[in-house]
Amino acid sequence: MSQVRVLAGTRKGAFILTSDGKRNNWEVSGPHFAGWEIYHVKGSPADPNRLYASQSSGWFGQVIQTSNDGGQTWAPAGNQFTYKGVPGTHQWYDGTPHPWEFKRVWHLEPSHTDPETVYAGVEDAALFRSTDGGKTWEELEGLRQHSTGPHWQPGAGGMCLHTVLLDPSNPERIYIAISAAGAFRTDDGGLTWKPINKGLVSNFIPEPTAEVGHCVHHVVLHPARPQVLFMQKHWDVMRSDDAGESWHEVSGNLPTDFGFAIDVHAHEPETLYVVPIKSDSEHFPPEGKLRVYRSRTGGNEWEPLTKGLPQSDCYVNVLRDAMAVDRMDRCGIYFGTTGGQVYASPDAGDSWAPIVRDLPAVLSVEVQTLP
Amino acid sequence: MTDPDAPRKETDSSYSQIRVLLPQHLRTLAQVQGELLVEVAAPATVRSILDALEARYPVLRGTIRDHVTLERRPFLRFFACEEDLSHDSPDTHLPDAVASGKEPLLIIGAIAGG
Repeated sequence: MSQVRVLAGTRKGAFILTSDGKRNNWEVSGPHFAGWEIYHVKGSPADPNRLYASQSSGWFGQVIQTSNDGGQTWAPAGNQFTYKGVPGTHQWYDGTPHPWEFKRVWHLEPSHTDPETVYAGVEDAALFRSTDGGKTWEELEGLRQHSTGPHWQPGAGGMCLHTVLLDPSNPERIYIAISAAGAFRTDDGGLTWKPINKGLVSNFIPEPTAEVGHCVHHVVLHPARPQVLFMQKHWDVMRSDDAGESWHEVSGNLPTDFGFAIDVHAHEPETLYVVPIKSDSEHFPPEGKLRVYRSRTGGNEWEPLTKGLPQSDCYVNVLRDAMAVDRMDRCGIYFGTTGGQVYASPDAGDSWAPIVRDLPAVLSVEVQTLP
Repeated sequence: MTDPDAPRKETDSSYSQIRVLLPQHLRTLAQVQGELLVEVAAPATVRSILDALEARYPVLRGTIRDHVTLERRPFLRFFACEEDLSHDSPDTHLPDAVASGKEPLLIIGAIAGG
């Protein structure tokens, strides 16, 4: 029988949650790297026992950890993330120039085909790549050196490159997203990049349809149809059917279209999941009801999923990298909250139960489906 | 660079055995317990001690000082003999009590945060 492994990064360590294919009973391992912020843990699609973890601390900086046995044991890898050339400046919150300074790794994206190759999205926004299992890191500087770079500004959480999508059908194509610069795409393996933000409207910036400056919270794609992208923006849920060349809004009947997390069903490319959050100033579910919304029509028509989720007095947030799906026949959906719960649905969202209730605030959730 | 594991005669005055106490998280990261002993060429300085520490424990690179600029990370301080050495030049000779092993060099994280 298949096994499911959930990789949860939290404010105070990493946790690994495992279950058989029924996904009813879970074993919890952790905290790994206790006391450190674990922004992200992700496994290699080419070797599921190869895991990468981003371990960071305001005191001690960045550490990268790797595992070759599915998270039972770990070893530190390289942690030198040095921008190429003279880093220059981006804009600070007040519009003044501010030097690019490495702070932490937000997201690790292992290659589809090579366990030794992994990408790191970092704050201040840049994309790094390692081809030796995380020992050394090299910046793909064409992104940061894009002509719009000096105009990028941080979002409230910092100027982070938080989303890295590798096109499974085209190894030269990568999508990334930055708060609050927007989404970008390369079609030449990372040498050159173009902003892909046409159709985004952000009424809180001076030029609402600007080429860059949009606070994109997360972007996802379905591997069988990688030219179709879904985005949770600061406000608005968006869709692109042309690899990001243009976007249109699919928020439809959501109770609020602010949020962070978004994901796609493993087997149904038109089935989406979001967790609406009340507003940019009130980061909790509307009406104190934790509801996942599902669209089976690629957006616009959404249904609330509430069975097993708290429907009163719930004021947690679900962060951008804290939702994931498994690849079991009946697709499982998972998300973690800032209240320390990790919820799982073994039936594509129809019903939910907490795997764990009392972890530190959950920063990220990834899922591996193992043979 | 000296080999920290090479045996030295106790009477070799050109080298100092320095006691270093790391913050708990860095002890965990380096997989060590309690104080460390590092050997550096005399006269001992913060720079020579950190060089020796990072040579023996590469995982500590970047966690105490920046990889490139070698600047101390802002939430860390260096203390010895009840004195704050954080703002001294890293090439300042350390007090005799540290160089002789009587007192440790303390690397301390700011008491802050959640």
